[in-house]
Amino acid sequence: MAKKKGTTREFKGRPVVPGDMTAEAVVTKNGFNTLASMQMMSLQPKTKCNDQSNPDLYKKILQDKALCMPQTIGSTTGGMFLYSAVKAGKAPACLLFSKEIDSLAAAGAILSEVWAPETPMPAVDQLGDEFLEYVKDGDQITIKPDGTVIVTR
Amino acid sequence: MAMVLTPEQQAILDGSKGETMAKIMKTLVRYGEVYGAEKMVPVTGEYGHLVLSFGAFFLGAVFDLYQKLIDDGCLSGQKFTVDPKPYDPKVPQGPIEKVASKFIYGQQNRYEKELEKLGILNEDSYTCACYLDQVGNTPKEGDVLSWAESSAVVYANSVLGARCNRNSGIIELFGSVAGFVPYFGLLMDENRKADWVVELKTTKMPDAQLLGSAIGMKVMEDVPYVKGLDQYIGTELNDAAKTYLKDFGAATASNGAVGLYHIANLTPEAKKQGESIIKPGAKTYVIDDAELQRVKDSYPVIWKNPDADPEMCFLGCPHMTLQQMIDWTEKLEKGLKEAGNKKVSIPTVFTSTTAVLKVFNKTDYAKKLKDMGVVTSFICPLMYMDNPLNASKPVITSSNKLRTYTTSRFYSNDEILDILTKGAK
Repeated sequence: MAKKKGTTREFKGRPVVPGDMTAEAVVTKNGFNTLASMQMMSLQPKTKCNDQSNPDLYKKILQDKALCMPQTIGSTTGGMFLYSAVKAGKAPACLLFSKEIDSLAAAGAILSEVWAPETPMPAVDQLGDEFLEYVKDGDQITIKPDGTVIVTR
Repeated sequence: MAMVLTPEQQAILDGSKGETMAKIMKTLVRYGEVYGAEKMVPVTGEYGHLVLSFGAFFLGAVFDLYQKLIDDGCLSGQKFTVDPKPYDPKVPQGPIEKVASKFIYGQQNRYEKELEKLGILNEDSYTCACYLDQVGNTPKEGDVLSWAESSAVVYANSVLGARCNRNSGIIELFGSVAGFVPYFGLLMDENRKADWVVELKTTKMPDAQLLGSAIGMKVMEDVPYVKGLDQYIGTELNDAAKTYLKDFGAATASNGAVGLYHIANLTPEAKKQGESIIKPGAKTYVIDDAELQRVKDSYPVIWKNPDADPEMCFLGCPHMTLQQMIDWTEKLEKGLKEAGNKKVSIPTVFTSTTAVLKVFNKTDYAKKLKDMGVVTSFICPLMYMDNPLNASKPVITSSNKLRTYTTSRFYSNDEILDILTKGAK
């Protein structure tokens, strides 16, 4: 039986790359290691998390999802991988950060905005710890250009 | 607050040097504005360093972008070094695995030609440890850099006292093309102060990459100040201390997101500023033997068969120093002799830069190492393991960086020595 959706909660963040869209949440409470998570994306029908050290996301689909996390971590190929994923149509739908966006994810989002404006990957940061405590896998996420994030379950 | 550009920078943004250069400038401005940068500052380091070294087919969008830079004359204003190459026929692989690697890195020739046009320094420039003496990309204290490669950035900031943010691939090249970078983050004095005090209370010198992993996973992107490590690695930045910090830093940066650390009584800013470099209210993390064991035990083993015997070993992520290669040769020689063996128990690869390997190969140690069955290579082991067929093998390493990004299993240097010389698991 389908779950009844209707409970909503609103959070306000900073629109690093503004967007107006809806997607389903996947959530990690740990730092998202972009290289470890996405390096096998080209060999997968849909991009799945490949990071053995991230039990929240390991083997879950990331593509076209609202990826909710504190920050990204790890290799400085991170922004480049996100940009490549965007260009290949294999990226998350948007990036949502509880903390300030890290420099690698910021690079990926901005490179996509400037060099691939036809397929933007919106990014909202500074949503707060409460956002990450509240949001769950499968929640419906709607983001607005002013950085408002609406979580519906 | 919007960034204030010089008239020259504003003109570039407005298109005075063409559309592509304007988009490079727009990218750098947008990147800086995210962090409240109020201006651009010149890149003062002599050389750049790029993280992308591998011509993987799934990064075609990046190669297309770099070709556009070349076509439009947007070349790097400074020569640069690059991370290690992904393929070396010397490194053991089955015939099917070789075909797969050649397919995965099918854009390698194209990309290397692009790098030549963009401004690669020379044929020895492919290494993650570009700061080694033999390579020569060693920034001076205070230099502003436009680098990527997490292990190189954290080394440049922490050990050399240079100033560089954890830039992403592409962004670092844009900085070298433009000649300036947005002024924020680790370029600024106030952001180089320590958010954490790490109190080391172990009973012996910790494995560098295990300690780095523990700290990286705890502090994430923050700046740690480590007390107590100087009792093991000294108060002078000699070759041994720098080698330890190379491996330690790589683990902090890959298992977390550390861009700068301070070691009490050792690294340049900690020596000059002492504990005044610690922020008021800094958090504390105590590391003892039990904590290191807890961290090590937390690593998942994702081999298909967790009880499998290891089939291959990689050492040298980041690339080994000359002294590390010599030390390992001596340790293997002694260990094998004591165990009554002549060759290492499993195929083993030591990776380093061609600049170091050229020197090493002129020493007597090279023949000894080869006779013990060890292969030396310039390869990036991470790229080797990105081939899914190679990833399915039970590979061991003493690199916590390699463990984090691949299916390889971490053992301490002492454990690896036992496995290689005695065949113990």
